[in-house]
Amino acid sequence: MTATAATVRRGLSDLAIRNMFVIPTIVFLILINIFPLFYSLILSFADYSAVSAKPPDWIGIQNYRELLRDPHVWESLYITLKYVIISVSGQLVVGFGVALLLNRSIPGKGTITTLLLLPMMMSMAIVGLFWKLLYSPSWGIINYLLGLQNFVWISNADVALLAIAITDIWMWSPFVMLLSLAGLSAIPKHLYEAAAIDRASRWFTFRRITLPLVTPLLLIAVIFRTMEAFKTFDLAFIMTGGGPGTATELIAIKLYNMAFPQWQTGKSCALAYILLIMIIGISNIYIKYLNKAKER
Amino acid sequence: MAAVESTRSRFFNKVAILIVLILTVIYLIPLYWIGSTAFKPRAAATTVPPTVFYKPEVTPFVKLFTKRVQLRKAVSEDKYEQAKWYEKLVYDAGERIITRSPFLNRFWNSIIIACVSTFLALTLGTFTAYGFSRFKVKGENDWLFFILSTRMLPPVVVAIPIFLMFRRIGLVDTHLGLILLYTALNLSFCVWLMKGFIDEIPIEYEEAALVDGYTRFEAFWKIVLPQSATGIAATAVFSFITAWNEYAFALMMTNRKAQTAPPFIPSQLGSGMIDWTTIAAGTFIFLFPVAIFTFLLRKHLLRGVTFGAIRK
Repeated sequence: MTATAATVRRGLSDLAIRNMFVIPTIVFLILINIFPLFYSLILSFADYSAVSAKPPDWIGIQNYRELLRDPHVWESLYITLKYVIISVSGQLVVGFGVALLLNRSIPGKGTITTLLLLPMMMSMAIVGLFWKLLYSPSWGIINYLLGLQNFVWISNADVALLAIAITDIWMWSPFVMLLSLAGLSAIPKHLYEAAAIDRASRWFTFRRITLPLVTPLLLIAVIFRTMEAFKTFDLAFIMTGGGPGTATELIAIKLYNMAFPQWQTGKSCALAYILLIMIIGISNIYIKYLNKAKER
Repeated sequence: MAAVESTRSRFFNKVAILIVLILTVIYLIPLYWIGSTAFKPRAAATTVPPTVFYKPEVTPFVKLFTKRVQLRKAVSEDKYEQAKWYEKLVYDAGERIITRSPFLNRFWNSIIIACVSTFLALTLGTFTAYGFSRFKVKGENDWLFFILSTRMLPPVVVAIPIFLMFRRIGLVDTHLGLILLYTALNLSFCVWLMKGFIDEIPIEYEEAALVDGYTRFEAFWKIVLPQSATGIAATAVFSFITAWNEYAFALMMTNRKAQTAPPFIPSQLGSGMIDWTTIAAGTFIFLFPVAIFTFLLRKHLLRGVTFGAIRK
C-alpha cells in the first residue's frame, strides 16, 4: 500500500455511485415508455391490424392524411375542446372561489380542507361509476335534490358531455383550491394592511393584490388540468362509453375504439402520434411554469 | 368609520364561514350517498324519494364476495338454523350462495400490484433522486424534464405498442406486466418528489460522515435515508394510491387473471345478480383505504400533486 492509495476513500467513487443510481431509472423509462413510442411511430406508416395474420403493408403517410381528412376525428377534437373548456373553467371558478372563502381563520379548517380534497384522490373510474348512480333519471339523488323529475343526464346527447364535465369539476376543483390556497396564504399580510390604510375598495384590493400574486399558481393549476382534461379517458369511458351516438366521444375514447375494439392498429398509432404531439406541447408549457414556480 | 368597517368585515367573515360549511356538506353528498347505499337493503337503494333513514345491513358486502342463485323454494327451518350468519343474510334476500365471487381475487390483485410497483418505483426513484440531488449530472434539467414528461403520456397512446410487445413476450394479463407499467408510471413521480425531500436535507451531515470514513453509499444509507423517512413514506402512499386507482392500463392489458379492482367493479354492473347496493359495497371497500391515506397525507398533498415543485 502506497501512501497515496491509503488516502483514497473507501468504497466506490462518486462517479460510479452516481451512474449506478441514475442510469437504471433512465434505462427503465426508455424501455417502457420511449421504445414503444418508436415502435408505434413505425407502425403508424403501415396498414396493419394486430389481429390479422397479414403482415404490415407500408403505405407512407396515408394514415395521417386520412385521419386529418376524417370529419369524425375533427368532431372528436371539437368535443374534446368543448369538454376541456367547460370542465377547466368550472374547476377554476369553483376551486378558486372556495379557496377565497376558506382563506380566513375557520374552526376545523384543516379537517374541512382535507374532506374537500377527498374526491381528487379517488379513482376516476370508480368516481365515474358512482356518479352514474347519482345521475339515475328516476331514483338518482341529483334529480331529487334539484327537483328535476326523470330528467335524463347520461343517455341524453344534449347534456351527457355536461354531466361528465360536472363530475370532473366535482372531482378536480379541490386541486385548483389546493393550489390557490397555497398562493393566497403566501401573500404578505402587510400588503392588505397598506391597502386598508389607503381605504382601497375590496374589489381594488382583490384585483391589484390578490389576483396578481395568486396568478402563477393558478396558471399551473389551469395548465395541468387542461392537459389532464384533454387526455380524459377513464371518466367518460365508464360513464357513457362515448355515447349516446358520438356525443361524448372524446379523442382518447376515439383512439381507444380505433385501437382495440376495431383493431385498426396502424391508423390508431398515427392518431396516437397526432395526440402525442399536442400533449407534448402542453406538457412543455406546464413543466416550464412548474420550474419557474420552484425558483421563486 | 373604522368601527363600522370592522363590524361589516366581521359579518362578511361569518357569512363566508357559513357558506364554506354549506358547500362542504353539498360537496360530500356524493360520497355520503355511495357509503350509505353500500349498507342499504336492495329495495331501499332505488326508491323515490331516496331513502335516507333505514336499518343498515351488511348483505351487500356478503353479496359482493359470493356468487349466488335465486332460491326456488324457501329453505327448510333446520337448514336455516344451521346456516352461518352470512348464509342466513343471503337466504333472507331469497338467494343461495354457490361459491366465492371473483371480487376477492381482483381485490387481491390490486393490493399485490400496487404494493410491488410502489416498492420498485420508490427504490429506483430514491436512488435516482439522490443521484440528481447530490452530484453534478450533465444536462440535469433536461434529464429531469425527460423523466417527468414520461408521466404526462396518455395511457391510451402508450398502450397500443405496449400491448403488441406484451403479447409477443407473453405479458398480457399477467401481474408482472401491470407491475412494470405501474412502476414506470410512478417512477418519474418518485424521482421528482424524493429529489425535493432530499434537497432539503443539509449536505453537511453527509460531508461530516464522509470525513469520518463512511463510504458514499454508507453515508446515503445511514444518514440520508433515515433523514428522509417522512418523505419516503409520503411518496410511497402517493404511489400506492396512483397504482391502486389506475384504470386505463388495467382495462387494456388484463382481462381475468391479473385484472385489478377498477376495471372489475364497473364490469359487474348489469351482470345478473349484481345490483347497485353490491356495486356500492365494492366501491366503498375500494375507496375507504384511499380516504384514510388522504388524511394521513394531508400535510403533503400540495407537494404531491405538483411533483414536489411547490412546498408551501
